[in-house]
Amino acid sequence: MPALMHKPVTTMIAVALLGLLALVPIAAEAFDDPFMLTLFTRIVIMAIAAVSLNLILGYGGMVSFGHAAYIGIGGYTVGILAHHGVHAAWIQWPLALLMSGLTALLIGLLSLRTKGIFFIMITLALAQLVYYLGNGAYAYGGDDGLTILKRSDFGGLIDLNHRPTLYYLCWAVLVAALYLCYRTVNSRFGMVLQGAKSNDRRMATIGFPVFRYRLTAFVIAGMVCGLAGVLSAAFTDFISPAMMHWSRSGDLIVMVVLGGMGSLFGPLFGTVAFLLLEEILSSWTEYWKIVFGPILVLVVIFARGGIDGALMRGQANILMAGCAGFFLLYGVHSAYESDWLIPTAILAAAFALVWLAKWLADRRASAKEAGHV
Amino acid sequence: MLLLLFEQFLNGLQIGLLLFLLAAGLTLVFGIMDLVNLAHGSLYMMGAYFAAVFTQWTGNFFLGALLALPAGALLGIIVEVVALRTLYTRDHLDQVLATFGLILFFNEFARVVFGAGGMAIELPSWLEGQVEIMPGLPYPSFRFLIIVVGLGCAGFLYLLVQKTRLGMLIRAGASNREMVGALGIDIKLLFTLVFGLGSALAALAGLMSGPITTVQIGMGDNILILALVVIVIGGIGSIRGAFIAAVAIGVIDTMGRAFLPNMLGSFLNPSDAGTLAQALSSMLIYILMAAVLVLRPAGLFPAPGR
Repeated sequence: MPALMHKPVTTMIAVALLGLLALVPIAAEAFDDPFMLTLFTRIVIMAIAAVSLNLILGYGGMVSFGHAAYIGIGGYTVGILAHHGVHAAWIQWPLALLMSGLTALLIGLLSLRTKGIFFIMITLALAQLVYYLGNGAYAYGGDDGLTILKRSDFGGLIDLNHRPTLYYLCWAVLVAALYLCYRTVNSRFGMVLQGAKSNDRRMATIGFPVFRYRLTAFVIAGMVCGLAGVLSAAFTDFISPAMMHWSRSGDLIVMVVLGGMGSLFGPLFGTVAFLLLEEILSSWTEYWKIVFGPILVLVVIFARGGIDGALMRGQANILMAGCAGFFLLYGVHSAYESDWLIPTAILAAAFALVWLAKWLADRRASAKEAGHV
Repeated sequence: MLLLLFEQFLNGLQIGLLLFLLAAGLTLVFGIMDLVNLAHGSLYMMGAYFAAVFTQWTGNFFLGALLALPAGALLGIIVEVVALRTLYTRDHLDQVLATFGLILFFNEFARVVFGAGGMAIELPSWLEGQVEIMPGLPYPSFRFLIIVVGLGCAGFLYLLVQKTRLGMLIRAGASNREMVGALGIDIKLLFTLVFGLGSALAALAGLMSGPITTVQIGMGDNILILALVVIVIGGIGSIRGAFIAAVAIGVIDTMGRAFLPNMLGSFLNPSDAGTLAQALSSMLIYILMAAVLVLRPAGLFPAPGR
C-alpha cells in the first residue's frame, strides 16, 4: 500500500504542525521564553531520529532496539574531532554521516541474518557494545562524557551559536528527512522493503535480494539518525554514553509506535506527544513516570496504530478528546507559571487544530456518504 | 596466583548464579508464553525492596527473605493478571513497549514508596565474616551462601522441570503451546503459575544481591539486559542453556574486571586502565552474544520444536 494514499487529514495536520514548529523561535522571542526554544529544539532533533527509525521499523518491519547507538556515533564523531581541534563542519558532518553509516552497515550485516525476537536482541546487544565503547573511551571522558568547547564552524555561512539559526537548521533537516522518507517509501525500493515486511519469503521467491534491500534501508536509517546525533551534540555542547543507553533506544521505539508505525508523519506526532507529555508531567510531579508508564501500557493495549492509526480509522472523536485533554493540560500548566498570554495562545491553537481535524473528518464522512448514494 | 584465579572464579560463579536465577524465570516465561518481559528486572528490584523492608520490620534477614519471596510471587501474579495477560497474543514489539512502560512505573513507584536514597539490607553477624572453604582460601560467607543457594535452586529447577508433572507441562508448553491447550490443560492457570514462579526467582535474586550492592532504584535495568543476553545465548525456553550461559557470562565478566586492569596497567595509568577494562569486559559479553547468534541463531540449547 502506498504510504501516502488518501490521507488528507493526516497530511494537513502534519503540515499545520510543521508550520507551527517553524513559528516556535518567533513565539519564543515574542513571549520572551527561551526555554520554549530549548524544548522544541530537542523535540525536532528527536523527531529526526524517530523518522529514521520509522523507515526500518514501520516500513521495513525491522524492530531495531539499538537505534540510539547512531545518535551516539554521530555525536561522538563531532565531539572527538572538536576535541582534537577540527571544527570545520565540512569535515565533521560528512565524517559523522560516514561513521554512522559504517556502524549501521556492520550492525546490519550481523543482525539482519536473524529474525523476530533474535533481531531485537542482537540489535540491542550490538548497541550495548557501542555504548560500552563510549564508556571505555577514557581519552574522551569515559562515562562522564565530554564537553564540546566550540560548535561546528560553517565558515560564517551558518552560525550555530545563534539559537534560532540552529533551530531552523534542525527544522530544515527534519523536513528533509520526512521528504527523503516519503520518496524512499514510494519508490520501487520502498515497495520491495514493504513487500518484504509483509512476506519476505515471497519477495525472495519473486527474485528480490531481500537481505541487500533491508541492509540498504538499515544504513540509510542509521545515517539519518547519525545526523540527529550531530545536531544533538551541536545543541547540548556535550556528548556522553548516556545518549546511547538502551532506554534511549526504547524511548525512540515508543515515539514511533505512539505516533503510528509505517505512517510518514507518525513519528513526528509521536515525538511531539511524547516529549510534551514528559515536559508537562515532569513539571507537575517529579514522579512523572508513574503516570507515563501506565499511559504507555494503555496505549499499547487499547490504541493500536497510535495517533496516526486513530486518524486513519476516522476516530477523530477519540483523537480530539486526547488532543483537547492534552492541550488543556498544557494550557493549565502554563497558566501556573506565566501570565495569561501564553496559555491563551496555546489553548487557541489547540482548539483551532482540533476544529480543523473535526471539520476535515466531517467533510470526509459526508463525501463518503455522497459517494455511496 | 592459582588461588587468586580460583577466588575470582568463585566470584564469577556467584554473579553467574544470581544471573541464572533471574534468567530462569525469564526464559520460562519467554519459552512457554512467548512473552518478552522487560519488567522482569523490576520484579527483581521489588524483591530486593521487599526484603529490605521486611528485614527492617522483623529484624532478621531470613524472616525478611522468607516473607519477600511470596510477596514477589504475588506481585508478579498481579502484574500478569492486570497487564500482561492481554499481551500473549500480541507481537513482540507490543510486549517490549508495554513492559518498558511497566519498568518506568515500577522505578518511580519505588522512588515514591521507598524513597530515592536506596536501602541497605542488614545481614546477621555470622554472615558478615568469612569462611575458609579451602585451606588458605578464606571467602566471604554471604557470597558462599549465594553460591550454595544458587546451585540448590538450579538443582530444584532441574528436578521440577524434568521429574514432575508441572515440569512436563512446562516443557510441553515450550515446545507446542496450542497442543497443550488442546489436550485439556488449563493454560491460563499454568501461565499464571509459571509467572509467579519466575517472579519468586527474580525476587530471590534481588534479595540476595541486595546486601552486596545497595538496594536502589533502577538496579534491575542493567542486569535485565544481561539476563536477556543469557537466555538468548542459552536458547529461549531452556533452563539448562540459561544455567550454562549465565555462569559463562558471570565468569567472563568477573575475570575481565579482575585481570584486565593489571594487563592494561602496564601501558596505561591506573584509572584509565580501570575505565577501559570495565568497558572491555562488558563488551566481551555482547561480542559473545553476537557471535552465538550469528553462528547458532536459536541459541546453544534451543527448546525442541521451536
